[in-house]
Parts: sequence; structure tokens; C-alpha cells
Amino acid sequence: MRSTEISAPSAPEGKANVSTSKLCAKDLNFYYGSFQALRGISMQVFDKQVTAFIGPSGCGKSTFLRTLNRMNETVRHSRVDGEILLDNDNIFKLEVSQVRRRVGMVFQRSNPFPKSIFENVAYGLRVNGFPNRAALRESVEQSLRRAALWDEVKDKLHQSAYGLSGGQQQRLCIARALAVNPEVLLLDEPCSALDPIATAKIEDLIFQLKDSCTIVIVTHNMQQAARVADYTGFFLLGRLIEFDSTTVIFKTPAKKETEDYVTGRFG
Amino acid sequence: MRHFVEELEQLKTKLLEMSSLVEAAIQRSISAVIQKDRSAAEEVFRNEARINEIEIDIDEFAINLLALKQPMAADLRLIVAALKINTDLERMGDLSVTIAERAMSLMEEPVIKPMIDIPHIAGLVQSMVRKSLDAFVARDADLARSVLASDDAVDSLRTACYHELVSFMEKDPQNIQQALDLLAVTRSLERLADHSTNIAEDVLFLVKGIDVRHHAEARP
Repeated sequence: MRSTEISAPSAPEGKANVSTSKLCAKDLNFYYGSFQALRGISMQVFDKQVTAFIGPSGCGKSTFLRTLNRMNETVRHSRVDGEILLDNDNIFKLEVSQVRRRVGMVFQRSNPFPKSIFENVAYGLRVNGFPNRAALRESVEQSLRRAALWDEVKDKLHQSAYGLSGGQQQRLCIARALAVNPEVLLLDEPCSALDPIATAKIEDLIFQLKDSCTIVIVTHNMQQAARVADYTGFFLLGRLIEFDSTTVIFKTPAKKETEDYVTGRFG
Repeated sequence: MRHFVEELEQLKTKLLEMSSLVEAAIQRSISAVIQKDRSAAEEVFRNEARINEIEIDIDEFAINLLALKQPMAADLRLIVAALKINTDLERMGDLSVTIAERAMSLMEEPVIKPMIDIPHIAGLVQSMVRKSLDAFVARDADLARSVLASDDAVDSLRTACYHELVSFMEKDPQNIQQALDLLAVTRSLERLADHSTNIAEDVLFLVKGIDVRHHAEARP
């Protein structure tokens, strides 16, 4: 493997730079068959910060996100080289179930299980062998509270999750991901199917969660990245063109490609 | 997207109209003082309302762009710079009116001293105004920096003028009214230079994304 220098981004506005790296990609390449979707990505995701990835469709941002918890391995004929460190552990050398427990994921379209609200959140805990019924109930409540959904569902925990609105279903999926106490939460365009009010709730939630969790979000909505993220990375054609504090990316980007994209002059 | 680019061009065009009116007002107010040109002073008074109108128009246009288009990066910097330059230009228009008012007062009596320093300061100030606006139009950071370098020369000339005019007042109380008028003119010219400096600083923010105000560049 080539040795890689990962330059430090600027500090987010009004904050000291956070030096603790939670995830660190080094010379990461990813292939769907013969198509190379990621080209030499090297970057750090900082602990308990929100990092956003932006870029046009097909730029590799979602592929990179899914690589961070090895979700891409389910794609046939795909392969990856390079390294991703979670704290100091190379995720490709850990048990995949351990990686996904530590790095949770929420997808673009909410995908609750065809079960009750309670069972959706309890599912991951049961799979992880949560023995105590009372503790299970408490943990479900805590996860729903962390996902800012408890007040809306506390009286109908045993009703089908499908009865919830789109925004509530998405927060349920976040609660389900939070139930196993992940260290990192990956959000793949979590608001793209939501109205502005549901979107605002998810964004408020992101602010609350970052005290306890590192968050990485892929979004097509640049204003959303500008609102929620401390750091932003711009992807284009499988490369990470620029990674810096969100303020720098949206106020004074260093690269012309970034400037063209954030000002809507791309293409 | 094309529509937004056209709107940014409209914003620049409005600002250029404003700057040409303000530059003309400065030119006329200086002529009114130096050449005792009454009609030039009257022209300054007449055009002030138009400058105020454009100021409001530019503010409204720029605020609407901020609210509706969510500008980013260079577009955001252009709109923010335009808002600040707009405020500076309007103040420069007001200062031209002050100079023209003092020029009218100065026309009433024979001069107490030959006018040497004021044309000199006025020349420097007009050059700063011209360069700061040219720097905006051409997005020329070097030209903007040259404006910042000229401000000290204007300040020291104005201080020299101040001491000379105070000595005239001390010599003969008859000189006081005229000396006060001339002091107001030099003070206004110095303020015009300060506003040109502000515009040059805004141009550097626009072009380079850096903040050089109050030596902010040197801060860690």
C-alpha cells in the first residue's frame, strides 16, 4: 500500500479543531466488477462531529458511506482495497457483525420491519442477546427518546410500524440503529423523501445525537449539509476532491470543481 | 441557474450605476470647492435623492437573492460584498453633499490661503475611489491592495492641513468660519478615503475570501 498523507481540514466555525479521528480511510479503492467507483480516498472522520458528503449522482459518496460499515460487500463482484480504521482497528480485519454493530446505518427510504414499533427497536437488541425483559423495554424507550420519537409513539408501541408517517418511520429506523449504541451512525440521504417539517426534525435530531455519536451523512441537499455538518467532503467521479470544514467548503472552497458544484455551475 | 447568474449580473449593474453617480458627485463637490463652481454643487444636491433610491433598491435586491437563492461560495461573497459596498457608496454620496455645502459657504468670501493641500488630497482620494471601484469591476486583488496602501498618505495630509488651519484660526478670528469649512472639507475627503478602503477590503473578501479589516489577516 502507498503511504498517504492525510491533511488536516480547517476548524469548523467558532470551534477548535477536533483532532480525534474516529474513522480513517487510507488509499481506499472500490470496484463494482471492472468499474472503479472510488479512487484513492484518504480522509478522516472526526469523533462526535457531523461529516457530510456531497457531490453529483454517481460520484461515489454513497459507495464510500456504505464502505464505512462494509455494507458494500453484499454487492456481487465488488472488491475493495485500501484500509479503513475504526479507532485503531482495520474494519476489514474485524468480524463484519461487529463492524455493523459499531457503525450503524440508516437508508434513504425508511425500511421498518413488518412488526410493531416496539419490536422494530427491540430487534437489534434481541439479536445481540439482550436477556432481561425490563431492561429491553427500558432500552427501547431510551432509543425512541434519543430519536425524538417517544412522545409520538409511547401510546401505540405495539401497533404496526407501517402506521407511522414517513418522517416517523425514518426516526424509527434511526431509533432501531441507535438501540445497539453504535459509535458511528451513517445516514444515506435520510431526508430525501421527507417534507420540510420532518426534515427539520431529523436535522434537530442530528444535532442532539452528535454529543454521543459520530455522524456521517450523504445528502443531495447542499443546504442540509451546510446546516448540519461540521465537516464536508465533495466527491466527483469517484474522487474526494476537497474535504474541509463546512464553512470553508461553502464560503471559500479551495478547488474550482467544488466552487462550481456548490454554486450550481457544475456540468 | 442561468437566471440566477443573470440576477447576479443585474446586481453588479445596479452597483455600477450607483458607483458612477457617487463618483460624479465626488468629482462635482471637489470642483465646487476648488473652482468655486456653484452649479456643480447644486448638481450634487440634486443627485443625492437618486443615490439614496438606488441604495434601497440594491439592498432589497441583494436580500431577496440571499433569501430565495441560497447562494454559496463566490456567489455568496459577491452578494455580501455588494451589500457592504452599497452602504459605503451611499455614505460617500452623503460626504459629497457635505463637501458641496461647505463649498457654497466658501464661495461667500475671499480665500484666506491659496488652495494647495486640498486639491492634492482630493486628487489622492479620487484615485483611491476610482481604483477601489475598478478593482471591484475587474475583481483585481492587487489593485484593491494598492488602495489600502494609499490610505495612510491621505491621513497624514489631512493631519497637516488640520494643524495649518488651526494656526490660521489662532492668528485671526476672522478666519474661523472659513477654516472650519476647510476643516470639514478635509475631514470629508479623509472619510471618502476610508470608505474607498472599505470597498477595497470587500473586494479582497470577494476575490480571495480573506478578511483584511483591522489587520485581521495577521491574526491567528
